[in-house]
Amino acid sequence: MTEMKLMQGNEACAAGAIAAGVRFFGGYPITPSTEIAETMAKKLPALGGCFIQMEDEISGMGVVLGASLAGRKVLTATSGPGFSLKQELIGYAACAEIPVVIVDVQRVGPSTGQPTSPSQGDVMQVRWGTHGDHPMIALSPWTVRETFDAAVMAVNYAERFRTPVILLMDEIVGHLRENVQLPNASDITVYPRRRPTKSRAAGYQPYEPEQDMVPNPADFGTGYRIHVTGLIHDYTGFPSGSPVVTEKFIDRLHRKIAIAQDEITHYDEFFMEDAEYAVVSYGGVARTAYEAVRKARAKGLKVGMIRLMTIWPFANKIIEQTAEKVRAILVPELNYGQLKYEVERAAAGRCPVSLLAKYNTLLFTPDEIVDGIENLTGGRI
Amino acid sequence: MQERTYEKYFRQNRLPHIWCPGCGNGTVMKAIVEAVEKRKLPRDKTVIVSGIGCSSRASGYMDFDTLHTAHGRAIPFATGIKLANPELNVIVITGDGDCTAIGGNHFIHGARRNIDLTVVLFNNAIYGMTGGQASPMTPLHKKATTAPYGSVDRPFDACQLASAAGASYVARSTAFHVQHLTDMIAEGISVEGFSFIEAVVQCPTAYGRKNKMPEPAQMMAWLRDHAVLQKAWDKLPEEKRSDKFPIGVFLKRQFEEYTKAYAEVIASAQGGKK
Repeated sequence: MTEMKLMQGNEACAAGAIAAGVRFFGGYPITPSTEIAETMAKKLPALGGCFIQMEDEISGMGVVLGASLAGRKVLTATSGPGFSLKQELIGYAACAEIPVVIVDVQRVGPSTGQPTSPSQGDVMQVRWGTHGDHPMIALSPWTVRETFDAAVMAVNYAERFRTPVILLMDEIVGHLRENVQLPNASDITVYPRRRPTKSRAAGYQPYEPEQDMVPNPADFGTGYRIHVTGLIHDYTGFPSGSPVVTEKFIDRLHRKIAIAQDEITHYDEFFMEDAEYAVVSYGGVARTAYEAVRKARAKGLKVGMIRLMTIWPFANKIIEQTAEKVRAILVPELNYGQLKYEVERAAAGRCPVSLLAKYNTLLFTPDEIVDGIENLTGGRI
Repeated sequence: MQERTYEKYFRQNRLPHIWCPGCGNGTVMKAIVEAVEKRKLPRDKTVIVSGIGCSSRASGYMDFDTLHTAHGRAIPFATGIKLANPELNVIVITGDGDCTAIGGNHFIHGARRNIDLTVVLFNNAIYGMTGGQASPMTPLHKKATTAPYGSVDRPFDACQLASAAGASYVARSTAFHVQHLTDMIAEGISVEGFSFIEAVVQCPTAYGRKNKMPEPAQMMAWLRDHAVLQKAWDKLPEEKRSDKFPIGVFLKRQFEEYTKAYAEVIASAQGGKK
């Protein structure tokens, strides 16, 4: 471990991305994510990397996709309004299978909203913001230290699955400062850029999937002369109008993530051994929820907590198991209700799922969540 | 018979192309590869990046690393490729709608940065792929499906736009003036910095038919009769310019290229604290 230091969530995000091999950042300033760009502007050149401030959010996304195709590991960062603008090219990355990590440090919306108070209002936009059917990976850290790990993981998943990965932060964690001890570089596992495993002469096709259902399109400039397009394409990479090709393609995009879902689903369980009630929480709100669960326990309430780090693909299994076991689930969210409905879908009637929603720019207090737990239990100890 | 040396630059198995009979896009695509050959660009270190629209389908036919991006976004993608790996030669193919409407902001900022891209705009004055809607380069009072009474929107002069925004090289030619066009592109490739070449092309199908030039030959004759070499244009009195337009090199200047400038940033950052 390295020495203990005081670090901000956004700085930890930049540090994690760099540790995972990111050497190119493109983006546009927007609070509360700007410190990520500022950190990258300062640190990347010293590592031989590049930072470029683009003219808008859309080009901030385009420039990193170009750099990724030219062989760099890439990152961009934004917040609500900018995240909305990036959606089309997030879909492009999904379709053309270009590794990229997009950080969304959430703030209150809709539109310009309440800059820049904390929110969890982008949970569904992360999943469905770009048009068409596509899978999505999104990780939501709850501490500064975990933000570092989540950034490493996000870059690794983007490279491994050749897909856009969203690091779904919020203003709470982004602007939080905590003492952290980062791992030594030698202890960090970095997924390398995938390369073609055979030559053109041996029948290489840029979009032919490997065993893990992920293809290895060659980086530009390496002599393969590949074609990359946002049109639906066959193994050659060239567009195809065939219904068979289209169906197989959309299927594979989903399945390459689905077959690895258990591996990429990360969560914590707290006090669940004897729990009769559960709080399901994520991101900055989980910090308050954890304190609330401890307070409720001190009052004698048998309540536990599931803290989701992987938001998408959704952690169906643990929610199913939890719903099987407890009398009711509470989902506190800094929005009008988003992930609650996903929890309810996974619980599938095994137990009731209640929403505790807050969307007035203020954080939950632990007591508000304790009240929510008490309402859930009906005072039963 | 003259050897068709340019054929090796095309993906023969992707041809024939999807362009309409009489379209000028193929002429410009050929001029680009002839310019690539003239400049002896190594093919495996040359990337063709295009946007969306008729022009931008060209990338799929060209045997290089090729990237067919999203509508308007070719220049940001190309910027990322060039900055990530400055040894690559990056040529951007775009259209009047792609470059000056939805991609207008990227166009001026690419020129402002003076990053070493060669941008070839296929100007057919219309949205062809979607069936003939007015673009920001449709001439005043000409008809389109979305301007059935004639366009009242003043058109851009993309060359002036590129010049004002900071490009290193700006030129125009047409699909009629094939050799001239090839020379304009080849010179743009050799310039280190943002090079912009507007290639005026005939679109008899979507533009000509609505504007009393339904035959490809009529449109080619129009290009011949209305394009005026820069030197002659300078001497042409204002009243005789009317719907004519100049062709040639409008601007060539030296200004530090972006990836070179950024290499200095890297060197300075690696040199330790100042």
